[in-house]
Amino acid sequence: MQMSSIVKTTADVLFPFILIYGFYIIIHGHLTPGGGFQGGAILASGVLLLLLAYKYAESTNVVRQVVMKSLESTGLLLFIIAALSAMMLGAGFFFNWLSPGGILFGDIVAYGSGTANLNTGGLIPIMNIAVGIEVVGAISVILLALLSGIKEKI
Amino acid sequence: MSQYAALLLAIPLIAAFAMPLFGLIGKKIRNSWAILTMLATVAAALILVWEVLTQGTIIYAFGAVDPSLTIPFDSGGVPIRILFVIDAMSAFMILTAAIMMFAATLYSISSESEQTGQDGYYALLFLLMAGIFGMVSTGDLFNFFVFLEINSLAGAALAAYRIKGGVAVEGGLKYAFISTVSGLFFLIAVGMLYGQYNSLNIAYIASVIDFTGLSLVAVVLMIVSLAMKSGSVPMHFWTPDTYSSAPSSITALLIVSSMASLYAIFRIAFSLFGLTMNVVTVGWVIIILGILSMFIGVSMALPQKDVKRLMAYHSVSQIGYMLVGLGVGLAVLGDQQMLAQFGVVAMEGGIFHIINYALYKGLLFLIAGAVIYRCGTANLNELGGLGHSMKWTMGFFIIAALAIAGIPPFNGFASKLMIYESVFVFNPFIAVIAMVVSIMTLASFVKVFHSMFMGPKLPQYETVKEVPMPMLIGMGLLAVLIILFGLFPDLVVNTLVEPAALALIDRSGYITSVMGGI
Repeated sequence: MQMSSIVKTTADVLFPFILIYGFYIIIHGHLTPGGGFQGGAILASGVLLLLLAYKYAESTNVVRQVVMKSLESTGLLLFIIAALSAMMLGAGFFFNWLSPGGILFGDIVAYGSGTANLNTGGLIPIMNIAVGIEVVGAISVILLALLSGIKEKI
Repeated sequence: MSQYAALLLAIPLIAAFAMPLFGLIGKKIRNSWAILTMLATVAAALILVWEVLTQGTIIYAFGAVDPSLTIPFDSGGVPIRILFVIDAMSAFMILTAAIMMFAATLYSISSESEQTGQDGYYALLFLLMAGIFGMVSTGDLFNFFVFLEINSLAGAALAAYRIKGGVAVEGGLKYAFISTVSGLFFLIAVGMLYGQYNSLNIAYIASVIDFTGLSLVAVVLMIVSLAMKSGSVPMHFWTPDTYSSAPSSITALLIVSSMASLYAIFRIAFSLFGLTMNVVTVGWVIIILGILSMFIGVSMALPQKDVKRLMAYHSVSQIGYMLVGLGVGLAVLGDQQMLAQFGVVAMEGGIFHIINYALYKGLLFLIAGAVIYRCGTANLNELGGLGHSMKWTMGFFIIAALAIAGIPPFNGFASKLMIYESVFVFNPFIAVIAMVVSIMTLASFVKVFHSMFMGPKLPQYETVKEVPMPMLIGMGLLAVLIILFGLFPDLVVNTLVEPAALALIDRSGYITSVMGGI
């Protein structure tokens, strides 16, 4: 079944906004509600929009299963390497060595109320990003597996 | 400062996560990665066991600068981090799991070589092992639940991995249901304890416990859920389906995961509650569960025609021995004289039986897998005459079958004798039942041996060859260990089993190792 061009155009227009919102949720995971999993699910819902608006065969040229599987593994590996990196520095597994004072996400959180600082949290934002990558890959693989079962009527 | 406790978890996880990426590159590279990481995990496990046996209990706090720092300075004397507490009992379980992981992974390299979807297979296998290692080493109740779930999900997916016309899906689904139900029971029990004592750390709860009615409900829920997961009798109905439909190397690992659940029953009974609860009643409940498991398991096994179903029922029966041995130890925990007279020996027998059972039952399932790999059927009525062509497999089968029946000089005899002797002093009837069950086990395995290996060479199995070398190495390692454990039981009992039994009894030692000298 072919979707109308209204649906396709709307999907095209909405897709970048959904991506940006997903990235926002992931990157602000340590400050606001949400985090890696939720943001990753939002990103995957953008992928789902593309898959539904276009034919399965067309969309798999863009959303490829191999890429999504690799994303899943990469996210998980990033997570576990972030945890292992503390061990290489001689501290315990999962020790948050970037906070405070690290190069990245290393600012010290100011005491009292005020605007939130994105550049804090140490390893926590990195792990959020890793989980986000993992979740978008995993949910996309599930969606591709579900949609591959649909028989096209000609 | 020992980092091996964390590596025990980190290596299987990194292996599992990288497996699909290596699978994209090539089959050989993926298999090498699997073997390499398996060897690394086993090495880390062995070093950790060595450290525990020489230096005493090892504590590992995750996320701390110094992992041995269990209680942060500003926490008010409460351990707030996720802790691994590895005492002699945990070390014993880690050793069991590491041996079985070595044999099963090596066996899989050959037995799965013709199959599809191996990336996922190895990834799940390593996740399963991470779950098992976590379950036996964690010192935190909620953390235990998390590892239980990791283990259950990976196990259910692996049990249903080879579809076999829908049969395997039934086994996998049953395993998934039973694991979820037991996981939820356990979670509710953890919630009850958390509500009362405001902590999830086993040692901390044990140090402040005041046995209320709610704690009693928690005890019941925990023992029921873990007995369900380990396949003891009233909740054993999933074992035949799951064990017979899973790939054989996975069945060997599911055995280890049921042992990890069994370990948790005793960790909770001895270390968490100990003498605060009525140990005589709880001990007798566990003994009765054990007797029922022994007898019903073996009597269901006798009429089976499918070799893997038969072995699955035997695993229900063997779990009864461990429950009886450790249950007797628990029942007399309050009486120092009886404990010294026979209680410790009964517990040692039960604990020794855990590793013996994992070895010979794992070997039996691997042998069944080898026969199915070559002949394509598990039906005893169709098999026959394999002794002519699969000589090594037959030899391993004789060793494993005699070990499970408790015939000297194999390891089953050593641990069963310890259970008989000590339980006889406690209550002669239990020892008699245990011996009768042992004889019935022998009868059942004589039948299997005769119908699988004896007789003339059958025409349909004319082309059957011996299984490939990696499978033989996996099985041979287990067979050698069975003989060694049977020939030198004293050595094993003194170095591994006795410290484990004493660590279970020594509740205050467990608390002190985490809480410091309070």
